[in-house]
Amino acid sequence: MKTLICIVCPRGCHLNIDEENDYKVTGHHCEKGETYGRNELLHPVRVVTSTVKVNSDIHPRCPVKTDQSIPKDDVFHAMKLLDSVLLTPPIRRGDIVVENIADSGAHFVATRDLDT
Amino acid sequence: MFDVAIIGAGVSGSALAYELSRFHLDVVVLEKENDVALGASRANTAIVHGGYDPSPDTLMGRFNVDGARMCMELVDRLDVEFRKTGSLIVAFDEEDMKEVRVLYDRGLRNGVPSMEILDGKEVCRREPNLSKEIIGALWVPESGVINPWEFTLALMEVAVREGVELRLCEKVISLKKRDEGYLVETERGMYTARYVVNATGVHSDEVHNMVAEQAFNIHPTRGQYYLLDRSIGEVVKSVIFQCPSPLGKGVLVSPTIHYNTLVGPDSEVIEDCENTSTTREALDDIARQAKRSVPSLQLGSNIRNFAGVRANSDYGDFYIKMSAPHFLDIAAIKSPGLTCAPRIATYAIELLREAGLDFKEKEAWDGTRRVVRFKEIPEEEREVFIREHPLYGRVICRCETITEGEIVEAIHRPITPVSLDGIKRRAGTGMGRCQSGFCGPRVQEILARETGKAPEDILQDKEGSHILIGDTKEGRV
Amino acid sequence: MARQDYELIVIGAGPAGLAAALSAKEHGLSRILVLERDTELGGILNQCIHNGFGLHYFNEELTGPEYAGRFIDQLDGSGIEIVCDTMVIRLENSDDWRIVHAMSVEKGYQRLKCRAVILAMGCRERTRFAIQIPGSRPAGIFNAGTAQRYVNIEGKMVGRRVIILGSGDIGLIMARRMTLEGAKVLACVELLPYSGGLNRNIVQCLHDFDIPLYLSHTITNIEGKKRVQRVTVQQVDENRRPIPGTEMYYDVDTVLLSVGLIPENELSSEAGVKIDRRTSGPFVYENLETSEKGIFACGNVLHVHDLVDYVTEESQAAGKAAAAFVLGDAPADSGHVIEIKTEPTVSYTVPQTVRVNEVERSLRIFLRVNKIWEETSYIVFRDGDNVIARFKRDYMAPGEMENANIPRVLLDRVKGNTLRVLIEEA
Ligand SMILES: Cc1cc2nc3c(=O)[nH]c(=O)nc-3n(C[C@H](O)[C@H](O)[C@H](O)COP(=O)(O)OP(=O)(O)OC[C@H]3O[C@@H](n4cnc5c(N)ncnc54)[C@H](O)[C@@H]3O)c2cc1C
Ligand SMILES: Cc1cc2nc3c(=O)[nH]c(=O)nc-3n(C[C@H](O)[C@H](O)[C@H](O)COP(=O)(O)OP(=O)(O)OC[C@H]3O[C@@H](n4cnc5c(N)ncnc54)[C@H](O)[C@@H]3O)c2cc1C
Ligand code: SF4
Repeated sequence: MKTLICIVCPRGCHLNIDEENDYKVTGHHCEKGETYGRNELLHPVRVVTSTVKVNSDIHPRCPVKTDQSIPKDDVFHAMKLLDSVLLTPPIRRGDIVVENIADSGAHFVATRDLDT
Repeated sequence: MFDVAIIGAGVSGSALAYELSRFHLDVVVLEKENDVALGASRANTAIVHGGYDPSPDTLMGRFNVDGARMCMELVDRLDVEFRKTGSLIVAFDEEDMKEVRVLYDRGLRNGVPSMEILDGKEVCRREPNLSKEIIGALWVPESGVINPWEFTLALMEVAVREGVELRLCEKVISLKKRDEGYLVETERGMYTARYVVNATGVHSDEVHNMVAEQAFNIHPTRGQYYLLDRSIGEVVKSVIFQCPSPLGKGVLVSPTIHYNTLVGPDSEVIEDCENTSTTREALDDIARQAKRSVPSLQLGSNIRNFAGVRANSDYGDFYIKMSAPHFLDIAAIKSPGLTCAPRIATYAIELLREAGLDFKEKEAWDGTRRVVRFKEIPEEEREVFIREHPLYGRVICRCETITEGEIVEAIHRPITPVSLDGIKRRAGTGMGRCQSGFCGPRVQEILARETGKAPEDILQDKEGSHILIGDTKEGRV
Repeated sequence: MARQDYELIVIGAGPAGLAAALSAKEHGLSRILVLERDTELGGILNQCIHNGFGLHYFNEELTGPEYAGRFIDQLDGSGIEIVCDTMVIRLENSDDWRIVHAMSVEKGYQRLKCRAVILAMGCRERTRFAIQIPGSRPAGIFNAGTAQRYVNIEGKMVGRRVIILGSGDIGLIMARRMTLEGAKVLACVELLPYSGGLNRNIVQCLHDFDIPLYLSHTITNIEGKKRVQRVTVQQVDENRRPIPGTEMYYDVDTVLLSVGLIPENELSSEAGVKIDRRTSGPFVYENLETSEKGIFACGNVLHVHDLVDYVTEESQAAGKAAAAFVLGDAPADSGHVIEIKTEPTVSYTVPQTVRVNEVERSLRIFLRVNKIWEETSYIVFRDGDNVIARFKRDYMAPGEMENANIPRVLLDRVKGNTLRVLIEEA
């Protein structure tokens, strides 16, 4: 039996996951928690948020995120990919900044608008 | 070759530089730090003392009353923040009352004007937050609170504008006698000067020993403080001293020029004369003692703790002498050194004249300075003022209502600041309750922009106090 | 001297100010002005680039800038006047008018007249000195929010070896952020026996990177002349006093402080608005009106929120109430007025006072408990000894704001002038 805190929403339920019993989850308050509990033990994933450089004096950085969760083990690798990015405004929310991070199918996308 | 080299840009060195700038003299000031007033002159109680305390047969006793009067004239000429609050030395018992009478008599001998001895009722009426146990007090009206670093800066700014050369980051490491004066060696270079003045505060014994026989030893004595938020209101109207008693030397509770409340200092002899750390024990002790005067004191509204180191010495008085040919000590300047600084400067000129230095007054000398403080501009004039000076329309420091105009003006004065604290001392940013949390990054940006530097090169305070270490996304740091 | 007349001026354009302005518009106001001191809209959200916003309101997980973006988009074509780079420095209140003193480079010193004001100035961070950490005063000591701004907006690194004091959300988020940018975060230290942050942040920001969390510990000394060099961490006893002999030393160049937020109410107090010492924000009625007529408050200036969705909801209510005030259906001060009294288990409520007649179908009361309740327990509202309403909770913590929605019919049952709120074990 493993105990975990669910991180899907701020409620932070205390989950119990029974590895012997097909990863059965208890203690969750919604389905998302059940999925999270199982995944967290089998193949944990995270959304990564960071920034990239922008060619602008007023806004030297633009915030970005992965548009889906990526494997936890790839987080630092994904961060490295951002080091070499330089955007030039205008930038729109949702613009793809890095495509298909480590073949995960997830992209880094801009999370704000930046005008010239 | 300079006529005079002053070592140390505290209030002593700055007041002398100011006075010397009246004359046709080539003067250089060598200061080891990156700005003026980074020693005792920035971390003290900021009181222009009345003069009842020092013994009449000391220089301190001789200079205090004159010094206070000169300070009060100078703050007008130099546009320095000052408030004449008066001081009360309160007594809790008959022992204390005896001390109050001793101080009163000493004050009379030192020429302190308009003192009065008050009874407990009158003290209570004037200062309702004081302890009801107070049975009387000495009232000294001719005293007040000043902005000590602004005072020091203002003196040096005018001196520089009037021709004195200020060299920062120049720590003097040796002095060699030459026929016509001294070869002054700093960590970065050499200067020659006919006369040398030692105004190095807690280091003044070391510098004295570079050219003369050991004559006194500095016993660095630290004092710690609390500074309380204005939001708790005016706790006291005047400076409240306690009489020295078996319980301790007593701590004071004082209003500041900005209507904050200052509480402290204690008195602790320390080894490292640059150690301005605060300690839990001392702060707790100060809190306990201060509550004797003001039982309701809210130390939870603290917005800053700090400490200063006094240049106390085994000599017991200011050490002001020609200690070697062409070498003047303005040494061991302990409290009330801030108050006495203008008078010490004129005394120093007398000594230098006796030692053969020629004083020829300049035809044109302007000893005044003006600064704009936005929050002092009446509301009805603000509209026009900002139209004419748009940068005064952008508030950078919310707590103290300091505008970009004031910051930019401060940067372009005769002594260019290099740090956030440098701006703080000139414009007053970050002095408030958020302690630069909000305005720090903005001030840094303005200072970088106006001086053509990268934000990383803007310091917090002294040399090496870097705030930022580089960019993100530049590979791993 | 005052110039244009507005129906409503909103001070601050964070999520609170934006939601309030949009809601006031929706409820019938047309001359609305929003004043913001920063050069852009969105408030603190611009620097909160992490995800975790909007789960309740938008039903998806957004980052701070995205959440702000959704509201900023709605402003387009709304007719709401927005002016940035403008600081409000004073607020005057009279019976009929409010006068807002605002300053900017562009427009100079303005006295703007309006019928209603919504305070939405957010909060500021407590500093090292507010909690009196002794030691030296070198560079390298940052409020976590200031560091967040440097890193996320300016793209500047603030240090390499970091210790964090305070386990509130900002501190936790910054632990992860600094780690991702290549710094080494050695520990997160918390004075209380529990963390003030959300559980999910403890997991994602500390556990993920093996950063230890020391509960019931604090920093007792900071050393370093130029830049921070070393800090001392000590365990504390029940009275939060350091225990001798428990010293741990960390060689770090950076200390991040996440030791609490304080609603920014200097403007409000100067205008006569009464401040509740429990929240450090204004006392408000059920419609978020303060003690001063025509002045409303919402968001972090009212009380510190951990979830922006509640900020939005509260601010929409404030916008609606301000509109009603301006349009003349303002509550008459008559009718049954109930004061909500907190008992020791509850540290505060918002609102603090309820004019029962003004409550439509129900009233949502926000509150914080003052310790962790791990067993199932109840938030109980009592009129004298009578239970008016009871809300079951499995888990409550001071770091997570609670709310309870009381139907009007139940409020009507209150006979006295006070409603006590407390936590009772099941
Ligand atoms: C805690 C405390 C409270 C006080 N309260 C009061 C008060 O309320 N009223 C009052 O009147 N007085 C007070 N004083 C006294 C007053 O502050 C000092 O007497 C005064 O500031 C001394 O000024 P100074 O210029 O002699 O020394 P400092 O201000 O210390 O200046 C000396 C300067 O010399 C520089 N320096 C040192 N060595 C070298 C070197 N080798 N080369 C180059 N530069 C060097 C230092 O960097 C420094 O800038 C107080 C002092 C303290 C510490
Ligand atoms: C670091 C951090 C992390 C958070 N993480 C989450 C999270 O994961 N999920 C979540 O749901 N919530 C989170 N929150 C909470 C949420 O973001 C805040 O509660 C919310 O942003 C508060 O909104 P506000 O509009 O009241 O204040 P702010 O966003 O602070 O806006 C106030 C605005 O008023 C302006 N202003 C202030 N004074 C004046 C003046 N005198 N004149 C003109 N303008 C002025 C300011 O510049 C600012 O723009 C987080 C908060 C912080 C600080
Ligand atoms: S950061 Fe502090 S000192 Fe600066 S404007 Fe804000 S409140 Fe004022």
